[in-house]
Amino acid sequence: MTKVYVSHTNIISSLGFNTETVVENIHNEVSGLQRIDDKSILPEPFYTSLIPTEKLQETFKKLNPKGDYTRLEQMMISSLHKVIEASNIELNDRVGLIISTTKGNIDTLDENNPFHKDRAYLSELGNQIKDFFHFKNDAIVVSNACVSGILAVAVAKRYIEQGEYDHVFITSGDVITEFILSGFNSFQALSSEPCKPYDANRKGINIGEVAASVLVTKDANNLAAEAVSILGEGSCNDANHISGPSRTGEGLYRSMQSAFKQAGITAEEVDFISAHGTATMFNDEMEAIAFNRLQLGTTPLNSLKGYFGHSLGASGLVETIVGMHSLKNNTLYKSLGFENLGVTQPLHVITKTTNKHINRFLKTASGFGGCNTAVLFEKTK
Amino acid sequence: MNTNYYIKSYSSIKNNQVSLNGSVVYQKEEAAFSEFIKAAYKDQETKYPKFFKMDKLSKLAFLAADILLKNENLDQEKDKDIAIVFSNKTSSLDTDRKHQESIQNKESYYPSPAVFVYTLPNICIGEISIKHKLYSENSFFIFENFNAAHLTTYTNSLLSSGKAEQVLCGWVEFDTEDNYEAFLYLVSPKGTLEHNKQNILKIYNT
Repeated sequence: MTKVYVSHTNIISSLGFNTETVVENIHNEVSGLQRIDDKSILPEPFYTSLIPTEKLQETFKKLNPKGDYTRLEQMMISSLHKVIEASNIELNDRVGLIISTTKGNIDTLDENNPFHKDRAYLSELGNQIKDFFHFKNDAIVVSNACVSGILAVAVAKRYIEQGEYDHVFITSGDVITEFILSGFNSFQALSSEPCKPYDANRKGINIGEVAASVLVTKDANNLAAEAVSILGEGSCNDANHISGPSRTGEGLYRSMQSAFKQAGITAEEVDFISAHGTATMFNDEMEAIAFNRLQLGTTPLNSLKGYFGHSLGASGLVETIVGMHSLKNNTLYKSLGFENLGVTQPLHVITKTTNKHINRFLKTASGFGGCNTAVLFEKTK
Repeated sequence: MNTNYYIKSYSSIKNNQVSLNGSVVYQKEEAAFSEFIKAAYKDQETKYPKFFKMDKLSKLAFLAADILLKNENLDQEKDKDIAIVFSNKTSSLDTDRKHQESIQNKESYYPSPAVFVYTLPNICIGEISIKHKLYSENSFFIFENFNAAHLTTYTNSLLSSGKAEQVLCGWVEFDTEDNYEAFLYLVSPKGTLEHNKQNILKIYNT
């Protein structure tokens, strides 16, 4: 079977505009979350992480754009540009483009938004990104709720294995909008404090804004220093509830089982888990159950939501990128916001950023619609 | 490679008509979508009260899948390894517009979790998975148009890597009351119609 790698990466976020800066901030336990009190967005104050607008516009302008681009397009194009440049790959017909997003340009539905409402079609977002860089192939948009970012990596691998492409660029992101915040707030899922994944006092989610991009490739040459190979993946449904996680963690359990089976490795061979950890009561509990069903209760684990918040379509990808750097730097990063275990099953939540020789990690995510994804990665160097 | 898979059966809902394997099983002319889909649900004796809570995209996808899967005579209590791979152009925009309407004016501000949960296209996959107990691979893609080539590649990947025994694929699109379409087909190791792009387009266009 063709070996498939994740290589060059970029993150645009409140913690920096390139992966190295972001990872350094995480190393120093800096959170990108801030309190916002803006009644035009949400009646109550909330915590979020926002990409600084001025710096985004400055970065984007350097690419000499012709025409008008939405905030999300500016985020995605600025991020993807860095990865395309770093990879030095010619965008011919063997190169695919995947876009991961939950809501795309949803802000254009607002009556006060200057863009035409048709920009809210996700296919239109795909066309904008494709045309900016002159990709030869149409964009494939993956919109599978909160697993989209990590599912996109699995999808890219599958397309490459089928011989459809040699390389696939992925870009991902969602913007912070009244649309999304009001919805999560109607579920009473938002925390009025910085989120505390797996903690006994966790009160819910912070939504965050991130654009993240990677190259997925079968070419073992010219890999970046942080490159990893994809060992196995799975994306299974809970078949239980459309908005509540399964009480048995069935879909996540099966996703991990599928990934492990394909990878041909055991739970003991995983050095850490980059988990979903949204900091809602039910999600974190469900994950704890699923991990323990696979004897992963003692494996070091973090959720990066305390740094970025939940960045929806980008979350699975940005967390994968940080995980890649974890392997490269031989460092387990602290799960920010965690103090006391607040789930019924044992978990080894990382409470201190620590040096450790590590080779493999498991990335997981779960979302509305009962979807779950698990992917296993291994260091290449 | 990839020649041992077949299109075992297919269903469609469009132009106020429900079809299974190319034959019309129900039609109701000059009815708005909401009325039509409710009548089709009753006619097909679906008997699943959760149906009435679903948004229009989920109703459309759910019924198209239910008609096809019912005909397969699957054991409801047994594990069925049927993956779901759906696609459309409009994502969940019909419900997105509804949620936007509920927050557009601060004077009449009424966001609801029952609406918001449907502002994701993959929720309809969740609904089908719950009804038919499918703890299987699932994914939702957005394309400009029905893209048989991409669906074929992805389906072959799931089947050849052993990640699914069968795959329910297709296009489930709901933009407006008079612009909707569901076209689903089941890909399986058994059957007579070979699974390839040409055959998919042939049944799609009939």
